Amino acid sequence: MAPPRHLLLILLAAASLATLAAAVYEDQVGLADWHQKYIGKVKQAVYHSQKSGRRRVVVLTEENVIASLDLRSGDIFWRHVIEKNDPVDQLGLSLAKYAVTLSMGGSTLRAWNLPDGQMIWETNLQVSKSSKPLLHFLSNSKVAKDNLVLVSAGQWIYAVSSIDGVIAWGKEFSLDGLEIKQVLQSPENDILYVVGIAGSSKLNLYQLNAKTGEVVKHIQESFPGALCGETILGSHNVLVALDETRSGLFLIEFKGESINYNKVHISDLVQDLSGRVKLLPLMSNGIIALQASSTVSLLKLKGIDGLEVIQSFEQPAAVSNALTITEKDEGFAVVRHMGSEIEFIVKFTSDVSNEVIREKINIDQHRGNIQKVFLNNYIRTDKSHGFRALLVLEDHSLLLVQQGNVVWSREDGLASIIDVTTSELPVEKDGVSVANVEHNLFEWLKGHMLKLKGTLMLASADELAAIQALRLKNSEKNKMTRDHNGFRKLLILLTKAGKVIALHTGDGRIIWSNLLPSLRASKSGEMPSALRIYQWQVPHHRVMRENPSILVVGRSGTDSAAPGVLSVLDSYSGEELNSLKFDHSVVQIIPLMLKDSSEQRLHLIVDSHYRAHLYPRSPDAINVFLHEIPNTYFYTVDIEKNVIRGHSLQKSCDLSSDDEYCFSTKELWSIVFPSDAERIAITETRKMNEVVHTQAKIIADQDVMYKYLSKNLVFVATVSPKAASEIGSAAPEEAWLVAYLIDAVTGRILHRVTHHGAQGPVHAVVSENWVVYLYFNLRAHRFEMAVIEIYDQSRADNKDVLKLILGKHNLSAPITSYIRSEVMVKSQSYFFTHSVKTMTVTQTAKGITSKQLLIGTIGDQVLALDKRFVDPRRSVNPTQQEKEEGIIPLTDSLPIIPMSYVTHSLQVEALRGIVAIPSKLESTTLVFTYGVDLFYTRLAPSRTYDSLTDEFSYALLLITIVALVAAIIFTWIWSEKKELNDKWR
Amino acid sequence: MRIPNQIDQSVGDISRLASSTWAIATSTAAATTTTTSTETMAARLPRHLLVFFTFVLGCVGAAAAAYQPGSAEGYTIAGRIKIDAASASASAKGFGLPSKTSNTRVILNGGQRVTFARPDGYFAFHNVPAGTHLIEVSSMGYLFSPVRVDISARNPGHIQAALTETRRVLNELVLEPLREEQYYEIREPFSIMSLLKSPMGLMLGFMVIMVFVMPKMMENIDPEEIKQAQEQMRNSPVPSFSGLLARANS
Repeated sequence: MAPPRHLLLILLAAASLATLAAAVYEDQVGLADWHQKYIGKVKQAVYHSQKSGRRRVVVLTEENVIASLDLRSGDIFWRHVIEKNDPVDQLGLSLAKYAVTLSMGGSTLRAWNLPDGQMIWETNLQVSKSSKPLLHFLSNSKVAKDNLVLVSAGQWIYAVSSIDGVIAWGKEFSLDGLEIKQVLQSPENDILYVVGIAGSSKLNLYQLNAKTGEVVKHIQESFPGALCGETILGSHNVLVALDETRSGLFLIEFKGESINYNKVHISDLVQDLSGRVKLLPLMSNGIIALQASSTVSLLKLKGIDGLEVIQSFEQPAAVSNALTITEKDEGFAVVRHMGSEIEFIVKFTSDVSNEVIREKINIDQHRGNIQKVFLNNYIRTDKSHGFRALLVLEDHSLLLVQQGNVVWSREDGLASIIDVTTSELPVEKDGVSVANVEHNLFEWLKGHMLKLKGTLMLASADELAAIQALRLKNSEKNKMTRDHNGFRKLLILLTKAGKVIALHTGDGRIIWSNLLPSLRASKSGEMPSALRIYQWQVPHHRVMRENPSILVVGRSGTDSAAPGVLSVLDSYSGEELNSLKFDHSVVQIIPLMLKDSSEQRLHLIVDSHYRAHLYPRSPDAINVFLHEIPNTYFYTVDIEKNVIRGHSLQKSCDLSSDDEYCFSTKELWSIVFPSDAERIAITETRKMNEVVHTQAKIIADQDVMYKYLSKNLVFVATVSPKAASEIGSAAPEEAWLVAYLIDAVTGRILHRVTHHGAQGPVHAVVSENWVVYLYFNLRAHRFEMAVIEIYDQSRADNKDVLKLILGKHNLSAPITSYIRSEVMVKSQSYFFTHSVKTMTVTQTAKGITSKQLLIGTIGDQVLALDKRFVDPRRSVNPTQQEKEEGIIPLTDSLPIIPMSYVTHSLQVEALRGIVAIPSKLESTTLVFTYGVDLFYTRLAPSRTYDSLTDEFSYALLLITIVALVAAIIFTWIWSEKKELNDKWR
Repeated sequence: MRIPNQIDQSVGDISRLASSTWAIATSTAAATTTTTSTETMAARLPRHLLVFFTFVLGCVGAAAAAYQPGSAEGYTIAGRIKIDAASASASAKGFGLPSKTSNTRVILNGGQRVTFARPDGYFAFHNVPAGTHLIEVSSMGYLFSPVRVDISARNPGHIQAALTETRRVLNELVLEPLREEQYYEIREPFSIMSLLKSPMGLMLGFMVIMVFVMPKMMENIDPEEIKQAQEQMRNSPVPSFSGLLARANS
């Protein structure tokens, strides 16, 4: 009897293990998931003018991405995301073969192969700290056979061969505090002119031999006033520098041996100056551009004698760099807003009064103001010059304009998502109204004609594409209505530019977008910052007349004390319904579980003075909230002071008594961590909307363990001060990590555990009654994932059925944090292979389905790890019962199963966040991952046990039914015949 | 120049670290390569000594204190990533994974610094302080073990590297993938057996057996017994299958 049972058990175990890795087949890619690639806001663009092949542009973005784009379509040829702490400052092309980037304050120089993006060489340079490192390409190949790249940063200048990255020479100028501002090349001989400013008023001119780097000559000149450090090159030998007050310009001329200069007051040239004056890098012959807060002025240099204003443009306007068109002529572009259109003007520097091109271009109003222009020219068929330009707009999008049209656009604001929320789609109406049908009758007929053509193979390529688009639009997953399984939703994303974008989960297309006026930069140059996005109003199923709405909270400045702004948007159209400017700052936003009568969710916003403000500001909301005040607690984490505080609310604000929506708070408890031993690394709580299905866990020996389920559980991890920095800086003896479980209402520490020889970065996930946290173990030199499960010991004796029936149990007793319940803790730790960027847990509608941890690895992939692997009850030799329960034998490290990568063979570059959204179908959770890229997929942690899978063969089912029916008929006839025969007998 | 100093130091290490055979090998090798490549290296990286150990083992660089007062300690870790051409091509034809190494990143200390591998697989981190560091390699389609690299501050030239997953000590910093990763489940080819094994196939099979085998079995049963059974059936109120159908038909 024993062997078969054994076999059965093994089979069971094998089956349960098989479900731990849910994978996709290669041909299923794209059915339920989508992946979008972005680059971010472009800050530098270099055109690659190639005679043959595809035209490309190499761009550098604020997300630290270097990418090569197809100029015809805007598609990405290749791209590299460079780590944030290695900021790329400069980009250039060398030999028309390599893209050269200068990063990390001028200390890292890399060359990338233009066709495929392969890194060719990397050179490390020793430089002193510099605010703005420079990259300069020696245009004259007479100097050396291999084109030299000049890098200057601070007091250093290097010449590096662009072929193999070998340093030809390096030179440090011994002058203290020197900062190199410009590197010029003499067109006649191999002399380099290096201009630097030492202190704030000493201008230094060095003449270097371009071959060896030897100093040929050094001239120093002191100025009467200080310089602010902003300099540009007016013409080949005139430097324009802003003075410290930004009200005067120094025109500095180098003439062989000497420096001559002249000071010009800007107010003499341009009237109506306000705000910060900036010099725009135009790099053209004799023309400079000056930007003030309201105007952009073009000025012409007349030697050093003075400047002449050519033209002034009202802001917002942008001026491009000068572009060499012929031997002596340069062109540049000015783009400005004209009502709803933008005007694209191209001028030549030789004849500034004339305009070569003036085009009016219509662009989407939701893109905001123009911020940057990159001009490029091409030769038309009639040998004349045509111009096109890349425009960077306020919402970070990138547009290519040519001949008055937008050729393509990229929505690159999506590379910098700050926060994500979701919204349900509208419910499908029963029966379509007549008017709707008639309105669509023509469309309907056209669609059917197209389809008919398609089936008869008469359709052209365009029509085929139209059919495909029609199919996609009508296909089940892309409908604009709610579906039964809850897979179709709107993902509402808040980007850094203050734009709110709604994507359809079916295919990731943009449904609407809105650049919020309250989050746009003001005239005074104040940059508001977007903070969070929440669901504001989610109407109940029956009340379908109203659309759901969302809440966007931001700050009117980058400082945390800046007053906040609030904006309410319609989820279906993106229209701004309401916006409000607070008179207080925003430090913490607490969405409450309460709703007012119009089903608006109540939110508490805590300001920097620990005062809580209630939103929405309606008498109804305050009535609802007043009942809940005694039960409302919140906690604040002060990382600087190393303190966690618990607060309760008190009625009415002490400052402004007339403001009934403001509440003062009282500090209930505080936990002060000793700063010399512990620093707060992370605090984590359960998700507000998490649903738990069972309160108890039945373990193998028919015993019951009650989970400690509290919404107020806070996980806090502290590390020793030495271990707070990166790996490699602390020794195991001086590094430790302390994990706390704290009740946020009473401040009681439920559990405390110290890991010696451990350090950050710490990542943690709190769900149900468990915490999983990841840290670095310095002794084993591996990452370690620890789990703590908390069980309620005070309910442990509620196992007796009789007791339950007779009511001698405390299940019906009100649950309060003030009961000092006994807790039991089980914990265990496992090694984990990769570094982790972010971690979260799957969420399902009812909480029945088992959970998976979603781990964003350093390789920008998302790994789904079943919670069963991080069970504290795993043992080396699980008993039979434990095996039946699904406990996996203990291993010291967690397995990396390649098939359980949610992102399969894709990477979500610069991964920042993972969001799990429950669908209506219990088995399935929706996963949205964002970084520079976006990735969305559906995940079934325990397989789709409640619905048929996609690969279910309906054909086989049909065949079986037909065969069964045939067999029934056949046997019936057969039996009839037999019966007849029997009767004749 | 401080290069001779450096050599002296590393030669001096030999006596100090006589107990560790590996350390001796490294130090001597490093010293010899330094002498041969001193001229070229010195020209290439002035004042910054880079010791390549047959271009493979990550080694030390001298302090760059002269111009970096803030970060006096500067070592260079250089190594090579090796992905077998055979396995790369296998994966290319197998699952079309991007087997190009252009997207191979080398990560120091969990993201503190990230560099890219050159086409030939070489990579280097400069100005790394002494201590114990972690190097990870991210390359789609391959699983690399993180590598623990110890740079000793007291004995420059003494570098130790070990895979953290397998605890294997590396003699040279050549990183090879532990295994290839296949992100997709392999679809089993269509077969009659799998069709028959499905629940519907089983149902069909059972029916076929009932239709064709059962009558044969009935034939084998003694006719007297059948008669008895039939009589029993007639007496019992349970209607026969054919009778039921016939009634429904009429």
